[in-house]
Amino acid sequence: MKAWLPLLLRLALVVLLVAFITSPGWFEPLLRPLTENNAPAIYNQGSLLTLTLLHLRTVLIATVAATIVAVALAILVTRPAGAEFLPLSRSLVNIGQTLPPVAVLALAVPAVGFGEKPTLIALFLYGLLPIFENALTGLTTLPANVVEAARGAGMTGWQRLTKVELPLSAPIILGGIRLSVVISLATATIGSTVAARTLGEVIIAGLLSNNLAFILQGGLIVAALAVLIYDGLSAVERYTARRMGREVE
Amino acid sequence: MTIRFDKLGVVIAALAAYAAFLAPFATFRANRIVPGQARPILEALPVTTGPLLLAILVLAALVALFRTPLILRLAVSVVALVALALLIGVAGTFLTPAGNTFARVSPASGFWILIFAFTLLLADVLTRLNLSPWARVGVLVVAALAIGLLLISGRWDSLSILKEYSNRADSFWAEGSKHVTLALGSLLAAVIVGLPLGILCHRVESLRAGVLNVLNIIQTIPSIALFGLLIAPLGWVATHVPGAAALGIRGIGTAPAFVALFLYSLLPVVANTVVGLAGVPRAANDAARGMGMTDRQRLFGVEFPLAFPVILTGIRIVLVQNIGLATIAALIGGGGFGVFVFQGVGQTAMDLVLLGAVPTVALAFAAAIILDAVIEMTATKRRVETA
Repeated sequence: MKAWLPLLLRLALVVLLVAFITSPGWFEPLLRPLTENNAPAIYNQGSLLTLTLLHLRTVLIATVAATIVAVALAILVTRPAGAEFLPLSRSLVNIGQTLPPVAVLALAVPAVGFGEKPTLIALFLYGLLPIFENALTGLTTLPANVVEAARGAGMTGWQRLTKVELPLSAPIILGGIRLSVVISLATATIGSTVAARTLGEVIIAGLLSNNLAFILQGGLIVAALAVLIYDGLSAVERYTARRMGREVE
Repeated sequence: MTIRFDKLGVVIAALAAYAAFLAPFATFRANRIVPGQARPILEALPVTTGPLLLAILVLAALVALFRTPLILRLAVSVVALVALALLIGVAGTFLTPAGNTFARVSPASGFWILIFAFTLLLADVLTRLNLSPWARVGVLVVAALAIGLLLISGRWDSLSILKEYSNRADSFWAEGSKHVTLALGSLLAAVIVGLPLGILCHRVESLRAGVLNVLNIIQTIPSIALFGLLIAPLGWVATHVPGAAALGIRGIGTAPAFVALFLYSLLPVVANTVVGLAGVPRAANDAARGMGMTDRQRLFGVEFPLAFPVILTGIRIVLVQNIGLATIAALIGGGGFGVFVFQGVGQTAMDLVLLGAVPTVALAFAAAIILDAVIEMTATKRRVETA
């Protein structure tokens, strides 16, 4: 009975989220008390569904790009030919993380214009570090006997990478992707300060017109998405970890 | 003898060659918001200095390209960076027509790529030198002093970003101190609350999952929403709790920004305290118990010192994150460097954006270097003591 409770709660959250973004009108009476001077209680300058999908699309594109670059970089610096780049790449990715999101967004505007592109650049930069760090950990902590066995079986470097090293590191890399997605979901809202179409639009409209209902609905949709995606990816991670026989905390 | 290339040097030389010969060095604009005209190095600098800069850059790129001694690489990267820093100021004076106060000169993509390329070289040398924590802080101080001297000497006064600064010198320092107060103050509050909370979570297992889950969920709320959501409750407190308004608690402004940063800071502090305390070796605890230490003595004498580097790592995460997030405070009237960033975005005046963004990045960067050094010092000290 108890094991079902978390699952039930998550299902309820999914139903609630889908209901809210498809027909927000139903929830109007709940949010009405938060507004003043007869201001609208439900965001009315665009559909919440479209904004949610655009938000997810932005995060997806940035995460896919960050994953490809971070994993490729981690593979490169763990090969003998790229080993000398290891310390430098680590410090570079670390430095990328100290740049504040607002600064990256604002500085990217003159180069690529307003809208989605600066947001993608910022999300990409922030997504890199967790994935890169985890990919490095995964690739450098492989069980030595397995790698030796693969070498002994006469596998080439490429075969070892694709058939042994990457599958074995997959759960740890997934852990990095999960962190990166959750950070990106929240950071993408800031993209709306440079006119990207994300759920941040709803929050900023609320801030500008002093409408608490807007701020709350924008914030809650993003938070619910983050919680659900975090849980979903954790489950995928546990599944691959079990298949690979690796322990993940 | 065979000539050997340095792998990173190939990248640096390619970047430098592109930036020096193909990309614009400076941008000239008739006033602060019109689109600019790009000027390459030879057109941006006086007849003698242009070729001189090119010669320095080519030489430095060659040193980077081949396997050369570290000390030589260090020297050329510093020389190239200093030359770039001095000559961008010369370009500003050279390109601005005499007596014209509307014209703006700002560094262009070529300048930034060159700075990036030679900083990369410098960073590579510094990483390979494997500097001690003190030496790293020393390098930071020297770099900060050099930039400070350049700013005071007025060599950059002809550049656009400093013209924006001279128009707002007073508000720059006021917003700057607000920014630092917000970031450091909320960190301090988070440490004061988070450390005992972390110790409590460590001792009382039934609390741990609950507290960490709540703090995790707070982290998922986007910063701009959390800032906004705090406006209403704080507004209510200001009007209904006697004395609150006198303390400066108000619905908009610094108070909600402070509380939001505090809430975001709690998770790293609490989580790292829990992880750090959990990592204390059982043997150390048993020995302390065997010596007849009380719980309190054990906490301050054994567990806490051993967990300290991990807790510091949490504090580092919080400080760097807070310096960045404090820019968002400007959206709700909380001040900070974000004021210039958002004004600049609104007016599409990029120099104004830079005036807010550059100090923020510099602060975050300096905080990261200093705290990394402190973490390394406490961690190695511990290792020496236990060895």
